[in-house]
Amino acid sequence: MDAIILQILNGLDKGSAYALIALGLTLIFGTLGVVNFAHGALFMIGAFCAVTLSRLLSLSHEVAVPGEVDFLGNPAMRDQPYAYDIFGEAWGAHIIDWAVPLSILFAIPVMILIGVIMERGLIKHFYKRPHADQILVTFGLAIVLQEIIKYYYGANPIPTPAPEAFTGSFDFGALIGFEANTIIYPYWRLVYFAFAAIVIGAVFAFLQFTTFGMVVRAGMADRETVGLLGINIDKRFTIMFGLAAAVAGLAGVMYTPINSPNYHMGMDFLVLSFVVVVVGGMGSLPGAVLAGFLLGILESFASMREVINIIPGINQVIIYLVAIVILLTRPRGLMGRKGVMED
Amino acid sequence: MSKGNLTRRGVLKTGAVAGAGLAVPTYLSAQESGFTNAPTGSTVTLGFNVPQSGPYADEGADELRAYELAVEHLNGEGDGGMLNTFSSKALQGNGILGKKVDYVTGDTQTKSDAARASAKSMIEKDGAVMITGGSSSGVAVAVQALCQEAGVIFMSGLTHSNDTTGKDRRANGFRHFFNSYMSGAALAPVLAANYGTDRKAYHLTADYNWGYTTEEAVKSSTEALGWETVAAVKTPLTQTDFSSYIAPVLQSGADTLILNHYGGNMVNSLTNAVQFGLRDKQVNGKDFQIVVPLYSRLMAKGAGANVKGIFGSTNWHWSLQDEGSKAFVKSFGTKYGFPPSQAAHTCYVQALLYADAVQRAGSFEPCAVVEALEGFEFDGMGNGPTLYRAEDHQCFKDVLVVKGKDNPSSEFDLLEIVEVTPVDQVTYAPDHPQFAGGALGTCNNGA
Repeated sequence: MDAIILQILNGLDKGSAYALIALGLTLIFGTLGVVNFAHGALFMIGAFCAVTLSRLLSLSHEVAVPGEVDFLGNPAMRDQPYAYDIFGEAWGAHIIDWAVPLSILFAIPVMILIGVIMERGLIKHFYKRPHADQILVTFGLAIVLQEIIKYYYGANPIPTPAPEAFTGSFDFGALIGFEANTIIYPYWRLVYFAFAAIVIGAVFAFLQFTTFGMVVRAGMADRETVGLLGINIDKRFTIMFGLAAAVAGLAGVMYTPINSPNYHMGMDFLVLSFVVVVVGGMGSLPGAVLAGFLLGILESFASMREVINIIPGINQVIIYLVAIVILLTRPRGLMGRKGVMED
Repeated sequence: MSKGNLTRRGVLKTGAVAGAGLAVPTYLSAQESGFTNAPTGSTVTLGFNVPQSGPYADEGADELRAYELAVEHLNGEGDGGMLNTFSSKALQGNGILGKKVDYVTGDTQTKSDAARASAKSMIEKDGAVMITGGSSSGVAVAVQALCQEAGVIFMSGLTHSNDTTGKDRRANGFRHFFNSYMSGAALAPVLAANYGTDRKAYHLTADYNWGYTTEEAVKSSTEALGWETVAAVKTPLTQTDFSSYIAPVLQSGADTLILNHYGGNMVNSLTNAVQFGLRDKQVNGKDFQIVVPLYSRLMAKGAGANVKGIFGSTNWHWSLQDEGSKAFVKSFGTKYGFPPSQAAHTCYVQALLYADAVQRAGSFEPCAVVEALEGFEFDGMGNGPTLYRAEDHQCFKDVLVVKGKDNPSSEFDLLEIVEVTPVDQVTYAPDHPQFAGGALGTCNNGA
């Protein structure tokens, strides 16, 4: 029982990341009809927003360390962050420590801007082109973006830790009556899950309860009629692209303490996120979220030693097996609507 | 009127295909010198095949820096680096056999097929007489086999799998870097001394060749000292989040986690393990411990503060105080502004060892070079007295056991040396079961 609870918990944070990326993908597909293979790269750029802010906050100047020498025998120097000079050592250290959560504020405008530039500069030229063209151009864009990041940040993973207050893990087992240390869960993963729930809730609320959201939903249902009513739906869809980029970016920002970011991390999530979208049902926002969590949890279960011992290699194929079963039984996915991508 | 089968286009196509077929395998065609790519002019070309893209691009960049430094020193430029401390005095700083050293580079991408393609191109198009470099055992084994067929020498870079000089060994291939067996043999006594002989270990192992040999080596070494292996779980090479593999570790009753991972796998699995608070736990009345059998500085950098206090092994470290290491660190540090990695060190040494062997042999002919390297004993290259064993072309030298530093003074100062394990403790018989199933065969001159 404890092992099952443990894997459900593990699946939640992985599912959170899948759900956030798949939500953005579905938003773009639902509004613009574009299959965006650069969406994983937006997740990666979000993570690098956290790296960048962390580096900006840690910008340092050298101060001599009396009585010590460096590896070449020259007088040793130590990096002193400017933040210490400006805010004092204690506050400076706190600000640097909280770089990842602070990056949320930095990432939102950056990601919206990148999303809008991407849509206006490249993707809008492919609206009327076949999906295959869209996939090719967005996949090419993803490679360009990741190579740019690699050029400036290198290929090595960059450690971007969570604030000190969130290091360590929480003994969930002890809380619900199991033996100590049987169900442990890192604090930051709980934060990630809660954060994902808030972002997903905010996106749904935005679409459900604002006039802007209402127009977008109407546009998703019948773009032509909304246009005929004199509403500039293209402009709103561009903003939605920016919003989807921001959602992916935020997912990336908060993911950095879980796994040190590298230039390739977007690709690692991209394929799985597409499976999530297809399983959830193309164009269905609740479907994307549901499938994200479902597949995240299933993937965790399949990684259990007991399961691998019975079916070796199941951990590597479980998501695809489930996708096949769901698509065979429900060809439109879990919550797919009739008519989407069926023309 | 019927058309004949012979058309102008058909003739052209056939001609082109036949021409290409005759031209491509140049290294298979006979040469007057009797061996592949015999240098005829005033220069000799070496091929540096390193990952310039892909996940190990940073490690590859450091390897390339080391090779460029080696070329400088071989050509008599710079301060001479380890040429001043190398026990063999055959090299004079005037190139190799009087020929100026030139080089070409290839990008392995850390993919076997890409690495073979770039090595092939350097041999066939650029006339490289020796191929060296790489950051993966899969790549090393693949390129080594290619060099054997092509009749050129392969001086491997960073490759740690037993198989490179075990079941996949080749007469034309040589490894200076240490291997999985040596890691296990060096680490186990230090682990026993620090953590006791009554430990229950849980292995997470990268699901590919290097992972298997490392798991086997560490398992057999630790079990010989009394440790019990509770479980050994294979993890996919493409895995990025290891939480579902790490979470069950405490439930298994294990009190030690051994991460047979390298590169991004190691960075992520260690980060996840620390996040799950494993190191703060007490199991079986003991503090829970994590071990990383193969460390690299670039990995330690990626894992950040998570490496603090964690034991592992390494081939070389820039803080060593022998004359060879100091000379190399000084040359490299002066040129590039930071200390070299172990990958840079092994590549630099391999370039010098090849050049020295050619100089002593008096010829670039691969079989003469093989003969000069087999059984060659040397010193002054940073690892103490070293032997290039004739039976398997593996270097035998001291191995370093290191630990993540608690208070690093810079981004390069992440590991501290805990013990220099003497070579005798890591030496094994050529027919050891972990290296069984291979044979060097005969050297190939190519022509």
